[in-house]
Amino acid sequence: MNRDPIRLMEVCGTHTMAIARAGIKKILPPGIALLSGPGCPVCVTSGHDIDRAAAVGRQKGVILTTFGDMMRVPGSRGSLQDLKREGRDIRIVYSCLDALEIARRTPRRDVVFMGVGFETTAPTVAATVLEARKKGIRNFSVLPHFKLIFPALEALLLSEAVRIDGFICPGHVSVITGSRPYEKIVRRFKRPCVITGFEPSDILKGIGTLVRALRTRRPRVVIEYTRAVRPAGNIKARQLLNTVFEPATAQWRGLGVIKKSGLAFRRAFRDFDALRRWPVRVAAGKEPAGCLCGDVLRGVKTPADCRLFGKKCTPEHPVGPCMVSSEGTCAAFYHYGQ
Amino acid sequence: MARDERITLAHGNGGRLMHALVDRLAAHFSNEILDERADAAEVRIGGERLAFTTDSYVVDPLFFPGGDIGSLAVLGTVNDLAMKGAQPLFLSLGLICEEGLPVRVLDRVARSIQKAARRAGVSIVTGDLKVVEKGAAHKLFVNTSGIGVIRYFNRLGVRARPGDAILVNGGIAEHGMAIFKARHEMGFMADIKSDVAPLNGVVGRCLAASKRIRFLRDVTRGGLATTLNEIARVSRAGIEVREEDIPVRPAVRKMCDVLGFDPLYISCEGRFVCCVDGKDTAKVKRAMGPQARLIGRVVGGHRGAVHLFTRVGAGRLLPMLEQDQLPRIC
Repeated sequence: MNRDPIRLMEVCGTHTMAIARAGIKKILPPGIALLSGPGCPVCVTSGHDIDRAAAVGRQKGVILTTFGDMMRVPGSRGSLQDLKREGRDIRIVYSCLDALEIARRTPRRDVVFMGVGFETTAPTVAATVLEARKKGIRNFSVLPHFKLIFPALEALLLSEAVRIDGFICPGHVSVITGSRPYEKIVRRFKRPCVITGFEPSDILKGIGTLVRALRTRRPRVVIEYTRAVRPAGNIKARQLLNTVFEPATAQWRGLGVIKKSGLAFRRAFRDFDALRRWPVRVAAGKEPAGCLCGDVLRGVKTPADCRLFGKKCTPEHPVGPCMVSSEGTCAAFYHYGQ
Repeated sequence: MARDERITLAHGNGGRLMHALVDRLAAHFSNEILDERADAAEVRIGGERLAFTTDSYVVDPLFFPGGDIGSLAVLGTVNDLAMKGAQPLFLSLGLICEEGLPVRVLDRVARSIQKAARRAGVSIVTGDLKVVEKGAAHKLFVNTSGIGVIRYFNRLGVRARPGDAILVNGGIAEHGMAIFKARHEMGFMADIKSDVAPLNGVVGRCLAASKRIRFLRDVTRGGLATTLNEIARVSRAGIEVREEDIPVRPAVRKMCDVLGFDPLYISCEGRFVCCVDGKDTAKVKRAMGPQARLIGRVVGGHRGAVHLFTRVGAGRLLPMLEQDQLPRIC
């Protein structure tokens, strides 16, 4: 046996964390390598989008709400947490509905929700926007920095920056999308895809399924996460999403600008677009010097390749987002040691 | 720590940053008793050995499933004394109220304090009340100090030794998840209650059952992982634990899964870790009650560190808590 190792990408940050937590890489045979992909919502949010959120957060009367992990990601002029220390009203929420509730209780302030996340999170935001419209809450808006994972996976495969033999597909995203979007990847790129859960046994089973598919040269999509994922996905959630949002060009950290990989408000819901209310302009941000987050997100590099890792960049003083997020590859490496 | 560094919430989460800050402050007051860094100080007055401790309580919300700030303030301090092998006797009670706090809330907390004190067999013998302007405190802060007589001083060591068994007295992460549930009104997560409970009774039974108990520590902020690291650090020994042996109730595990939390870092208020000579494992486990589990051993290798063997059989470091865990986004 002197073949190249099989290189499988776990797309989702929650899988990255689960793999590190269970120590799965340590018990895999040497012929199988796992790469971390671009599925951490905090990590793929570009510095430019963070700067834009900060600019909105500086507007008079604005309460900027966001998920906790997002607070500590450095933008080019500091993080949202720094902005909070300056005295701006930046609040952590656990769901978009919390932000809407703040808006309802403080009618004289403008509550902006910084929306990040993938196909999993966006439908809940769409539902919140519909709720806001139904209740006539006008002081509520959203910065739509959502991402769609499939265009990113295609871009990753087209770039050929890294060899990927198969995908461990994001379980939570697949609950919404179902298995059909992966068929396209299988047809076009001939890579097997397995949709699996987050228990160590789920992940090991998924790896086994991919290895078998590669050995028999029969790439296909397999749902191993049958307790949560159906081939058709959650149709209702996708309807909500499509009612409020439409695909749009988006900028990804590490992957650059990808067509139809983000979401924008449909015309009928533009009142809720924070970027229309505050058309702020910020200079194109630069990535922090020496930070390899972009390469880590594409699976090209690992945190061990980064000179800042564990030295200048720690969970206490993160330089890049992959060290901040609880789903980030660098945080997983740091906490659980690889 | 840089000169211009400010306090963040991570300095109070029970994890690594808090330990560094406490070390820095404690250096000002260094003395033999303090430097032991036990849950309670052991002091001698006349011929009597006493345990003495203090703790402040700032929990929000004030009332949560299974308890409230009052029961927590009594039992947290009682448990710190119990970890010294002491019988807790007397508590002081300091209350800091925010202007505007309804008096009936204070009444309700007082009733809970009395109930918890009776349950633990202690009396509140002195107290203090302050009121601060709205915004200068959040609703109600409580401080308690406690004093107790050390009954089993010759039976309790100050260090765990290689070969010792490590036991925990019940399911972990219940307090932290109950608080989270109450704070975020997650009504759909039924059947999760704080484990807040007095430990002096069960500790007494353990100490009566074995003369070879080396170390006791209650699991609080930073969760079991942090407590185990503290024990490894103080004992200058290594610890190995098996993930599948660590008790986590199914409802708690499910809630942790949904939110993306690691239960090993979630707080408890009625759980403690007991390190006992391997020979007395069965006796002490019985004394610790039906929920007690043997979770691992103290080893000679990897001094000062904790190793976890995961469900799939891989070994990895189990570090102290760093930043507080946040719910995952997707």
